[in-house]
Amino acid sequence: MSRAENTTRPARGLRVPGLTLRRREAIEAWLMTSPTIIGFAIFFLGPLIAVFIYSTAEWNLLSRQMTFVGLANYTDALTVNADFWQVMGNSVIFAAGLVPLNMALALALALALSRPFFGVVFFRTIFFAPVVTSAVAWAIVWKFLLQGEAGAVNQMLASIGIDGPNWLREPDWAMAAVIVTRVIKMVGLNMILYIAALQTIPRDYEEAARLEGATHWQVFKMVIWPLLAPTTLIIMVITTIGSFKVFDHIYLMTGGGPENGTLVLAFYIYQQAFEFFEVGYASALAIIMFVIVLALTLVQFALRRRQVR
Amino acid sequence: MTTKQWRFLNRTLWTVSLLIAAVPFVFPFLWMLSSGFKSAAEIFGQPSLIPTVWHWENFVEVFTYQPFARQYFNSLYIAVSVTGLTLVVASLAGYALARLRFAGAGLLMLFLVSALMVPEEVTIVPNFFLIRWMGLTDTHLPLILLPVFGPHGVMATFLMRQYFVALPKELEEAGRMDGLTTLGVWWKIALPMSRPALAAVAIITFLFSWNLFLEPLVFLSSLELFTLPLALSNFTDPYGAPLWHLQLAATSLAVVPILAVYIIAQRQIVESFAMSGVKG
Repeated sequence: MSRAENTTRPARGLRVPGLTLRRREAIEAWLMTSPTIIGFAIFFLGPLIAVFIYSTAEWNLLSRQMTFVGLANYTDALTVNADFWQVMGNSVIFAAGLVPLNMALALALALALSRPFFGVVFFRTIFFAPVVTSAVAWAIVWKFLLQGEAGAVNQMLASIGIDGPNWLREPDWAMAAVIVTRVIKMVGLNMILYIAALQTIPRDYEEAARLEGATHWQVFKMVIWPLLAPTTLIIMVITTIGSFKVFDHIYLMTGGGPENGTLVLAFYIYQQAFEFFEVGYASALAIIMFVIVLALTLVQFALRRRQVR
Repeated sequence: MTTKQWRFLNRTLWTVSLLIAAVPFVFPFLWMLSSGFKSAAEIFGQPSLIPTVWHWENFVEVFTYQPFARQYFNSLYIAVSVTGLTLVVASLAGYALARLRFAGAGLLMLFLVSALMVPEEVTIVPNFFLIRWMGLTDTHLPLILLPVFGPHGVMATFLMRQYFVALPKELEEAGRMDGLTTLGVWWKIALPMSRPALAAVAIITFLFSWNLFLEPLVFLSSLELFTLPLALSNFTDPYGAPLWHLQLAATSLAVVPILAVYIIAQRQIVESFAMSGVKG
């Protein structure tokens, strides 16, 4: 319809003789997307190709000498460098601790706050507030609260007779502390995604189940949980990937310590590149991270497609 | 007990458990605020939310210890620039992807999707060399350019595209009848109809830029150029130990305005996150 009108009364603008409308539309489209394409090529695609190339080189920033070493950086990581497997283990522990905790808490909060009641806005505001707060501020405050004897958390525990550990200095506790504080920071985001999903579930379903005598738990298990499945999977993707990317939180709270106990992949890459200047090795690590995140995304996309059917 | 009493008890129990759950979410903010007013000595004394002596001078010292006002302004103007640029670039590309027919659109989409799967940590090393080669280290340009054209910018493009696709075409066609160019249709018709999407992208982009840490850490070395997140972690004594009273006073100054805006525009901000989370 509009195409026919357009031919009888062409729009103003780019008008070069002999240019078909379709051509013109394509040229306009390329012009409009060109800032994105150019910026994307310079700051994303180029660097992504470069990081592949760097990863095959032995290149310490201080020596300024770049030698091609093939896959040596990768084999070093997998076989020689003892840190690597500890780092991978830490990253997996971090994700395995954070994702279920975050999602369970998010779902519980969403179930409690999806219906209007007096004070619902107040509670939603509170649980979401850390999400808009900078991770740096959040990490600083928690680092302060979690100090050995002087920290507020331990002072409070002491008042009920519990002798708290020096949270961020003991390898066993540091990871748990980092995970829990990160969950508190980010859970609000998943909470609102769950609330949004819960609000799309028609209340008739639930009422019908209730009429047939279903309990709260049965309604949740038989009606709500299956309907939430697509949302749950999306949240799982976002949260898992987010947990592999966590950097500022670790950098500020533990610096990867104690005894490398919280040294996770994103921090390890930063450390190798910008503290030890091992560009080649850091790039190989970056590629490994890229592959992990890519695989996670693809697996869960596939999972989601199956779930939806 | 009667049903009414049961219901009351039930509701009270709910509220109490929610209040208990809220403690770890609220307490850090309160503690941060109150410690900002304490002396270095009192911070490690008997814990109390109310300082025995109010040290207002902490908030003055924050500004003399390092150029905090300048750093504050840096964060503000960078976040505004990133937001403005992202809105223009993302809505232009998003509009073309949603409405114009061109060969290569599918391929372009595929490339853009791939960006969403790549963490910034993966490209930060080559980007560091790129920026250094461009002579832009220790300037604010990388902190503006990288967020606009990185994965975050791509997500903004997607949000805009999704929104434009769902808009009714009739108004735009009417605009074309009246002789508007494609750019004219984008500016005068599509954008005004997309206020919710623009607001969502603006809010998320602003907060994203405001809270950015890795890029400033890698690219900046001069104190006067620091952004807030970097400045906050920099209140340390010569041996690297944190000066807690100053650090927490500065953190309060950085967090309170954002929290205030959040509380005022709470609904809008939360909806923006929900929108981007669901679609992105």
